[in-house]
Amino acid sequence: MMEISQVINYLKEYNGPEIKLMEVCGTHTASIFKSGIRSLISPEIKLISGPGCPVCVTPTSYIDKCIDYAMMENHVLVTFGDMIKVPGQSASLSGVKGEGAKVEIMYSPFEVIEKATTNPNITYVIAAVGFETTAPVYALVIEEAIEKGIKNIKLLTSLKTVIPALEWICENEEEIDGFICPGHVSVIIGSEAYAELAKKYKKPFSVAGFEPEHILAAIYDLVRQIEEAGSENKHEKENTVNRFGTEDKTKTVHNLYKNAVKTEGNQKAIGILNKYFDEGPAMWRGLGIIGGSGLYLKTKYEEFDGGSAGLDLDKELPEGCCCGQVIVGRLNPNDCSLFGKACNPTNPYGPCMVSSEGACGIWYRNI
Amino acid sequence: MCIAMPGKIVELDGMKAKVDFKGTVVNVNVGLIDAKVGDYALVHAGCAIEIMAKDKAEELIELFESLEM
Repeated sequence: MMEISQVINYLKEYNGPEIKLMEVCGTHTASIFKSGIRSLISPEIKLISGPGCPVCVTPTSYIDKCIDYAMMENHVLVTFGDMIKVPGQSASLSGVKGEGAKVEIMYSPFEVIEKATTNPNITYVIAAVGFETTAPVYALVIEEAIEKGIKNIKLLTSLKTVIPALEWICENEEEIDGFICPGHVSVIIGSEAYAELAKKYKKPFSVAGFEPEHILAAIYDLVRQIEEAGSENKHEKENTVNRFGTEDKTKTVHNLYKNAVKTEGNQKAIGILNKYFDEGPAMWRGLGIIGGSGLYLKTKYEEFDGGSAGLDLDKELPEGCCCGQVIVGRLNPNDCSLFGKACNPTNPYGPCMVSSEGACGIWYRNI
Repeated sequence: MCIAMPGKIVELDGMKAKVDFKGTVVNVNVGLIDAKVGDYALVHAGCAIEIMAKDKAEELIELFESLEM
């Protein structure tokens, strides 16, 4: 058995070829900073933030539609807090509040059930943003609305699934050697969900929790897999001996968060996702439109949909803003010339600085 | 967005539960899990998404036992 001190020592002493690991989830980005993990490990092991911030990858046309609803008579837009400052084409939700827009913050989408029951003449539109962790929660709200005969709730969905995005990263970002999988998305989808990607792209995936010990164990696990089995370099396809001098072998998925993540995931949650949603293309700011990566209410439930399909248009990021590159891990936030100067949480240029899960905001608050 | 916290289920009534987060008791939907009073549930956005199988200390011990030397 390894002691934590041995794991830290191993990672600190590592002086082999550079390894780039992507931590996909904004909550992992924050945990890594909070525990000072970068200062504990070798500079040859680079931790790169990925597109695991659902707000950051939401296009401006979605925000604009939220604003439309907020301004509409007899409508209230209900949203999680970190959406309200994200800029749309010309304004943010918090910006239009002063013009009479009706925007309410929720801590849980279930709060909308009571609101809708108390005020039957108001249509409550939920800004349903999130990944697989949150998508089942919105589905349960619709289920409860149907059971209670509530008709005045709608979902405006910007729901995305991580596997297609990870596949996009594997196809387009060859430099990433391994992935720290998002812990709570994995609770829903299961650790087995990553197996096909691991096999196809010969990269290791480790599912990690959010304690520093979890994350260090995952980094150690990935580094060991990469060292022992190597990392496929697309440009050296014919060469089976990799930069570590070992032969390429299949990498695999390791579940290091078994307390919460099952191999098969949460089958009830997966069932409810399949009941209420169909897959469709979705626009990821910074990556583009990825087929099959969005979740949309099935036609059967269209009375509860706020017109979520086709919200693909995205205003160009302000000049100098590097959010698009930060989201895919090509740049660290502090590589952007605007970071910490013109762009900061009080005056954000791009979504990565605005959202609580955005890499730029997290870096700004921690470095 | 995917922040989730473990809390103890102290009351159960169909799909609704009261979950104790170190003294703060919150209403939680348990439609995605097979809940029992006394279980520790992982809660995200007012919804329990999983039962935590072990306590944290035990889990970390097992995690490090599984790491390759």
